[in-house]
Amino acid sequence: MSDHPVLELRDVSKVYTIKQGLFGKPKPLRALNDVSLKLARGEVLGLVGESGCGKSTLAKILLGLEQPTTGQVLVDGQALSGQDRIALSRRIQPIFQDPYSSLNPRKSIEDIVTLPLRVHGIGDHASRDRDLRRMLDIVGLPARVARSYPSQMSGGQRQRVAIARALIMKPEIVICDEPTSALDVSVQSQILNLLADLREELGLTYLFISHNLAVVEHLATRVAVMYLGRIVEEADVATLFENARHPYSTALLQSVLTPDPGMGVPDTQLGAAYPNPISPPSGCAFHPRCGRVMPHCATIAPRPVPTSDGHVECHLYDAEPAHAV
Amino acid sequence: MTDDPLLSVRGLTLDIPTGGGMLHAVRGIDFDLNRGETLCIVGESGSGKSLTSLALMGLLGPKIQRRATRMSFDGTDLQTASRRRLRQLRGDRMSMIFQEPMTSLNPAYTIGDQLAETLRLHRRVSKAEARARAVELLEKVGITAAESRLSQYPHQLSGGLRQRVMIAMALMCEPELIIADEPTTALDVTIQAQILRLLVDLQREMNMAMILITHDLGVVARVADKVAVMYAGELVETGPAAAIFGNPTHPYTRGLLNCIPIPGRNERGARLGTIPGIVPSLVGEVRGCPFRGRCDQRIGPCDEAAPLRHLPGGHDFRCVHPDGHRHEELTA
Repeated sequence: MSDHPVLELRDVSKVYTIKQGLFGKPKPLRALNDVSLKLARGEVLGLVGESGCGKSTLAKILLGLEQPTTGQVLVDGQALSGQDRIALSRRIQPIFQDPYSSLNPRKSIEDIVTLPLRVHGIGDHASRDRDLRRMLDIVGLPARVARSYPSQMSGGQRQRVAIARALIMKPEIVICDEPTSALDVSVQSQILNLLADLREELGLTYLFISHNLAVVEHLATRVAVMYLGRIVEEADVATLFENARHPYSTALLQSVLTPDPGMGVPDTQLGAAYPNPISPPSGCAFHPRCGRVMPHCATIAPRPVPTSDGHVECHLYDAEPAHAV
Repeated sequence: MTDDPLLSVRGLTLDIPTGGGMLHAVRGIDFDLNRGETLCIVGESGSGKSLTSLALMGLLGPKIQRRATRMSFDGTDLQTASRRRLRQLRGDRMSMIFQEPMTSLNPAYTIGDQLAETLRLHRRVSKAEARARAVELLEKVGITAAESRLSQYPHQLSGGLRQRVMIAMALMCEPELIIADEPTTALDVTIQAQILRLLVDLQREMNMAMILITHDLGVVARVADKVAVMYAGELVETGPAAAIFGNPTHPYTRGLLNCIPIPGRNERGARLGTIPGIVPSLVGEVRGCPFRGRCDQRIGPCDEAAPLRHLPGGHDFRCVHPDGHRHEELTA
């Protein structure tokens, strides 16, 4: 067993160039800005943040669908740039949000689930059939659905198919991008239980992207909070939910509506809207919405301050803010 | 001011003809709503909650058959009212907020035009007065630089802003009843909290009645005065929010509450409750309790019917069991 993190991002940035109108000058959009992350084997890292914060860009880079502009992605201590996408897809597999659009409606479940094996030329017909049956069993689907088509299945069943397809390659890391947000409450809990069981049985590592903080709290072991392409706080799940440091993390947690009648709707104090990522605010990108803003927040960008179990990027926790340039 | 409820519905039934037979989407639901009150209808996809709201607004497709023993809004019978009368009511005294503001705003008209149209359709006001009212409402829903927004088109606004515009539009004529169908489902959690706060504040200020349709039990608990839990076209449990969350009695309501992770309440990583099985088909004759196929309290008589039972404080539920629980017979 190596002591490398199974997945590591080192100062990864991704810059898109956005054209502004027909004659407008192209402008850079920093979707990811010096993101560093480490995922230990068996961990579940919950990635939370509002839409547009860069969660999906991060997932795309990990899946090899996008190349980082700068920085490195390491799997088991090896830099990804040298490996090709095929090799990468054996180790990292995705589960997407919407099982209605992520399964090809014209292919049978058998075709969908075994496609990764055929692409990689793994096994023969008989062994693929054995793998298919084993996977369907693992995700709790009867073997007879192999001949069915996605349109014949419910949302929960489709998401089980998507999980079977992701796991048939025996990946080490699964990127779950909002895997339950398109599902009904009673189906969501079945899928969450299944993901928790599979992690234990197969020793999987998850990157769990979600805007539902209650779900993240339930499943994750660590949490990273993203804001405008930066990870502004990273901590163990207990620390983050009981003792969040960054004012943005606190505001996100306050917006969770627990089923407590009579408590009313909380005031998150996040007055202004989410900023336009093409022209991010100066200094700390969060300062226009921050309830604890200080004068130098508008001019000096905060640096990552190490904490006992992660880091936080906020001047409130930096003893020498003047040095943070 | 009268003591009569603003909205009163009895035996609302919605049938949809399909190739396989008649789909009984909503089967005999009853509820009352007083001025200034919030009713949350909670249910999963296919429960009929959105159809119910469209039926109240008279916005159902022509194929859907609607029947009710009573459906009255402040004394007006919504079933017999002429199309002209309904058009007068809609947008003026009762209005609706839809889930997806991108598809419910007209992309070809400016925000200002769309807001002013609502008012000028129902009130004799000049264009300038309508514009002034539009600015007032946009400011009220927390939009900064409201004046400059009037000339913008929907695609130039973010999702949160568009939903605020939808709310402003629904409030232009100060309606007495507002129906909001999943108004925050497409939004980020932070924006969701802001929009819900806004709705609740405006509702109090204008003494509006509100029907909020959602699948999110957290939203229900924080906003509702009264709750109606809908399953497969029936209201299986209704009552004050405190009673529904404090003493959930129907097995489906209890099941739903067990399914959701609640930070600080259930143990991190512990197994969540589940409701096995799927929603029954509502095509053809529907008999007995619709939840029995997924219910762990099922007994023989569930195949016949689920009687309506009353608990103190206006808390009703439909179940063969007097307290929602199966009790093993004492004679062993």
